[in-house]
Amino acid sequence: MADPVQTGPAMPFWRRVRSGLSGGTLTALLGVAPFVAFAILFLILPTLGLVVQAFVGPDGGFTLQNIVDLSQPQIVSSFSISLRISAASAAIGAVIGLIIALAIIRGKLPESIRSTVMTFSGVASNFAGIPLAFAFLSTLGRLGLVTVILKTVFGIDLYRSGFNLLSFWGLTITYLYFQIPLMVLIIAPAIDGLKKEWGEAAATLGATPYQFWRYIGLPVLWPNLLGTLSLLFANAFGAIATAYALTGSSLNIVPILLYAQIRGDVLQNPGLGAALALGMIVVTALANVIYLVIRARAERWLK
Amino acid sequence: MAAEFLRIDKLVKAFGTNQVVKGVDVSFNQGEFVTLLGPSGCGKTTILRMIAGFEKPTSGSITVDGHDITTLAPNKRQIGMVFQAYALFPNMNVADNVGFGLKIANVPRAQREARVEEMLKLIGLTGYGKRFPFELSGGQQQRVALARALAPSPRMLLLDEPLSALDAKIRVSLREQIREIQRELGITTVFVTHDQEEALSISDRIVVMNAGNVEQFGAPFEIYNRPQTRFVATFVGQLNTLNATVADAGRKSVQIGASTVTIPALPATARTGEAIALTMRPEAVSLSDVTGRDIQLEGRVAEVHFLGSVIRLKVDLGGNTISLDTFNDQRTPPPTHGTPVRLGIASSDVLVLGS
Amino acid sequence: MTRGKPWAWVVFGLAALYFLLPLIATVDFSLRIRRGTYSLDAYLNVLADPRFQQTFSYSIFIGLTTILVGIFIVLPAAYYVRLRLPQLRPLVEFVTLLPLIIPAIILVFGYIRLYSSSSWLPLLGWQVGGQYIGGPILLTFAYVALGLPYMYRAIDTGLRTIDVQTLTEAATILGANQFAILAQVILPNIVVAVLSGAFLTLAIVIGEFTIASLLNQQVFGVYMQNVGANRAFEPAALAVISFVITWGAMGMIQLLARFAPKTARKE
Repeated sequence: MADPVQTGPAMPFWRRVRSGLSGGTLTALLGVAPFVAFAILFLILPTLGLVVQAFVGPDGGFTLQNIVDLSQPQIVSSFSISLRISAASAAIGAVIGLIIALAIIRGKLPESIRSTVMTFSGVASNFAGIPLAFAFLSTLGRLGLVTVILKTVFGIDLYRSGFNLLSFWGLTITYLYFQIPLMVLIIAPAIDGLKKEWGEAAATLGATPYQFWRYIGLPVLWPNLLGTLSLLFANAFGAIATAYALTGSSLNIVPILLYAQIRGDVLQNPGLGAALALGMIVVTALANVIYLVIRARAERWLK
Repeated sequence: MAAEFLRIDKLVKAFGTNQVVKGVDVSFNQGEFVTLLGPSGCGKTTILRMIAGFEKPTSGSITVDGHDITTLAPNKRQIGMVFQAYALFPNMNVADNVGFGLKIANVPRAQREARVEEMLKLIGLTGYGKRFPFELSGGQQQRVALARALAPSPRMLLLDEPLSALDAKIRVSLREQIREIQRELGITTVFVTHDQEEALSISDRIVVMNAGNVEQFGAPFEIYNRPQTRFVATFVGQLNTLNATVADAGRKSVQIGASTVTIPALPATARTGEAIALTMRPEAVSLSDVTGRDIQLEGRVAEVHFLGSVIRLKVDLGGNTISLDTFNDQRTPPPTHGTPVRLGIASSDVLVLGS
Repeated sequence: MTRGKPWAWVVFGLAALYFLLPLIATVDFSLRIRRGTYSLDAYLNVLADPRFQQTFSYSIFIGLTTILVGIFIVLPAAYYVRLRLPQLRPLVEFVTLLPLIIPAIILVFGYIRLYSSSSWLPLLGWQVGGQYIGGPILLTFAYVALGLPYMYRAIDTGLRTIDVQTLTEAATILGANQFAILAQVILPNIVVAVLSGAFLTLAIVIGEFTIASLLNQQVFGVYMQNVGANRAFEPAALAVISFVITWGAMGMIQLLARFAPKTARKE
């Protein structure tokens, strides 16, 4: 196997390069090459391409007109609805997810319940898209089980009282089905990180359980809570399949507008489509950067 | 005699069917430093946690300064506690940690700050107020934890293995500092450890525990020199065992190998011809000065451990092996492996332990 | 011994209600295709539909291809970053997070713009024997991107539990080349980690709609959307089927975790 090391001009070029790069660095670079090529061709270039096109006018020159055009009412309202749904589903999902995680960990529920909840959270956080829409149509749609039971057994007519699954609140309730489990999955380790002794130390110093949470528990969890909140927000903001299957294109959220634009250039301006994409990238990137920064700061504490 | 401060009566704690504290009765005096010593699982930490209020006793009572606190909530007990893993609040700086108990008690800010300064001075960390726990070493964190526990002037201080997580050197210096502060404040302190050296060096009195029971309660000198049970004798300090036979129970004479000696400590229950175990501390066995020691034995050096100021030898007596300590002497090197030696033991230093 | 606090049980009960009701309702709805009686007809209709069979097997095929391509891209990169190029680690980790930061719809929009038939790299226009194969290729790469965060984390965790350096040196002394080391020494030792990454990828990819639909690929997700727009009870049956698939994939991961080497550190 191991060739004797040759020197001199008779040695092929590649072998000279190889022995020059000591320790097999070339092999290592070759090994990383597919990853790098993939990242450039299928992650970085496509995204950068859109960013660039957002600043290119129909004549091929630089323009800010596409960005300015984002201010047209349809686009502004789509961003407004998207931001509201994402914020609502993230905030509510975070609060409920936190309470559930606290219940299974701090509420001392049996270990079997805890592992069941964690496994189920793993499944439900991945149960998004088309099937989730179907499940909620079967539940809260006009003929859904809950709608029917509320009407026939309790005499409450959801739809007459103004509820509609194909609306802001309908979509938010549906999104919670994957937002809450995602929160549980991410926050549970942080709650585990709250040491029992902190509560005991606070108690010996005279603190009530409420004071413990007010001064220690929540402040310690805070970076994790904020960080996860921004992750949930980005998660909801980019989601489209569930909304599309639920509402078709009737609900004017940004990803659905973009979907329609890609399909048929409904905005009748390719540059504006790219600008719309740029807007989405900026929003989700901001949310994720907040998450990553807060997370990095939180980690130095919990050593 | 100081006044009784903490009284523990017939204290029992069971987890399910497993009794970890089996009816403990002890009482500590005002200002006393008492150590609960024992192997892990002996119930010492459980007793401490019952005093703090984190565990409910299955039965029995705990009285502090004449008040029954058995069922009082932990945050009403005014007892300071220091934990093994420091348990500093990671989101607060040193000053806020130390001042936490005062803040909860609604002490005005100015007064609080003055007290925090005083506490930081006490533990030698003046100027560290703005630092966060993760910026401190383990020893510094534990000192802050001590200051935090003491700041609200608790009635009593509980220390749950506070030194176990630290390096050997810091452990010794912090142990001395804790004792110094405790003396200065005169605060009744209960200290839990499994380290017998720590317990002997720091305590006014020691409660030696095993399997949920108190084996012996007394001053370190007493515990070490007059262990009342085999467990105490073996758990606290090193112990040599010599197999012997009772030669004449009435005259308290015992045969070891070829020699017959009188053992004052031989219990009255011993019967002639019975095989017994004689025990003694390594320092009770002498190598150089054998005069005045009525038990004399001959053997060969089996092992030599040079420990610095002390040299520990193991001597093979033909069947029995005995450890003994001699002081290092710059002029005479220690005996080497295989050297024949003569040992002297004073019969008054010999203990006879029941099983 | 711990019985749990009452409030915790209340929270658990309410949560169970919210999470189980849609499942119960979906199962219930999927069985109601015949008036007044429960039947499995909706499932039978779906299973007998040739379009279901086509799209489902196509999705499985794309899913498996995605996993293979993903392993080919991620394993050597993670291995060499750990072994020889630790300075690249922050960069590689950031890249693997990109698919979480960039929404799928942006990615596919970028692909369409970048690889359309008029571009410098006309991937979408590729033909083999009169068949356009650009779509399936792009779809596969898009799915590799979606699975990248999970695949990388799974493999990297797997590599952390074995001593990569020593194994590599041992194998090198025995005469193995780099490819043999990766394929015959490293991979078998982290197979559990790789498989859990694979199942997670499969769970994400199998019902995916956005990317496939914009690339005009007739996959299971697109089929589900079509059925949803045109039928009443079959969508519920499809939802149940895909929930079972997701649950199955996650269950496999849990099961695999038990077979992980005992020395493996959990994170």
